[in-house]
Amino acid sequence: MENKTIVHSNPADYQARSLDTMCINESELKHPWWYNFKYLAVGLVFGVVFVKAEIISWFRIQEMFRLQSFHMYGVIGTAVVVGAISVFLIKKWKVKTIHGEEITFADKKFNKGQIYGGLMFGFGWAITGACPGPLFAQLGTGVLSISVVILSAIAGTWTYGYLREKLPH
Amino acid sequence: MIETISQPWPWYVAGAIIGLIVPALLLLGNKHFGISSNLRHICAACFPSNIPFFKYDWKKESWNLFFVGGILLGGFLSAQYLGSNEPIQIHPDLAQELAAYGITDFSGLVPVQLFSFDALFSAKGLIMMIGGGFLVGFGTRYAGGCTSGHAIMGLSNLQWPSLVATICFMVGGFIMANFILPYILSL
Repeated sequence: MENKTIVHSNPADYQARSLDTMCINESELKHPWWYNFKYLAVGLVFGVVFVKAEIISWFRIQEMFRLQSFHMYGVIGTAVVVGAISVFLIKKWKVKTIHGEEITFADKKFNKGQIYGGLMFGFGWAITGACPGPLFAQLGTGVLSISVVILSAIAGTWTYGYLREKLPH
Repeated sequence: MIETISQPWPWYVAGAIIGLIVPALLLLGNKHFGISSNLRHICAACFPSNIPFFKYDWKKESWNLFFVGGILLGGFLSAQYLGSNEPIQIHPDLAQELAAYGITDFSGLVPVQLFSFDALFSAKGLIMMIGGGFLVGFGTRYAGGCTSGHAIMGLSNLQWPSLVATICFMVGGFIMANFILPYILSL
C-alpha cells in the first residue's frame, strides 16, 4: 500500500509515463541499485550478438533495404518467433519473475505517431545503418565518431518531447 | 570453440539469442525489451527543461540504462577479443553502387568514409551523422519504440500497432535507401 502511494503521488508524472507503454513496467519491489547489473549482463550478450552477427554493420542494413541479403530478415524473423513463443508460454503458465513478481503485459494503443514517427525512424535507420541499440554497440567497438550520432539522436528525442503537444497523434 | 565464435554468426543463432532476450528480461524483473526509451531517460536525467514529457522519475527506469551499458560493453569486448580478421562480405551490387559514390573502404562495420569526425566537416557527413541521428531519436520516440520495442517485443506480444510501426520502419527505410540516399551520397 505504501508503495502504491509513492507511485501515484505525482499524477502528472504518472500520466506522462502512461502515454508511453514502454515506460510503465513498474516494479513494486525495492532492490538495491546493484541488482541492475543483471540487466547489464543481458545487454552484454546482446552487444556481442550485434557485433558477431554483423547486425550493427551499415552494409548489412543497406543490403536489407535493397533486398540483396536475407540476413537481417532472418535475424529479426527468428527473434520474433522465439520471442512470441516465449511470451505465449509465460502467459499460458503464468510464469513469475525470479523474485516471485507477476509478469505483466500492456497493450499498445494505436496513434498516428506510429505511422509518422515510424517513417521518420525508417529514414534515419537507412541513413545511419543503425537503430538505437546498434548505435551503442558501434560506439563500443571503438568507432568514437558514433557518439556524435547518439548525441544527435538524444537531441531528436528532446525535440520530440518539446514539440509533442503540437504534433498529430 | 573460440574459432567458431570468432567467425561471423549465422542469422538463426543471432535471431534465437535476441528472441530469448525477451523472456530473459521478463523473468529477471518484469522488464519489457526496448532500447530507444533510453534516449528519453537521458533527456529526463540531463535536460528535462520543464517539459512534461521528461518530468518523470527516470531513476525507476535505470535498469534500461544498465542494459544499454551492457550493449556498449558487449560491443567493446567482441571487438577486442572475439574479432575475425576476415573482411565483411558485401553483395557485389552494393559494392558496385557504393564505389560509384567513392565509398571503397569496406573494412569496418561502419564505413569510415561516411562516419568519422572528419566527415562531419562535409555536407554528406553532416547530413548523415547529425540528420540521420536526429531522425532516429525523433522518429523512435514519436513512434513509441524502435526495432526492439515494436518489431521484436511488440510483435512477440501480438500488438497490431507495433505491426503498423514495423511496416512504417521498413517502408521509410526502403524509400530512403533506394530513392533519397543516392542523392545524399553523391553530394
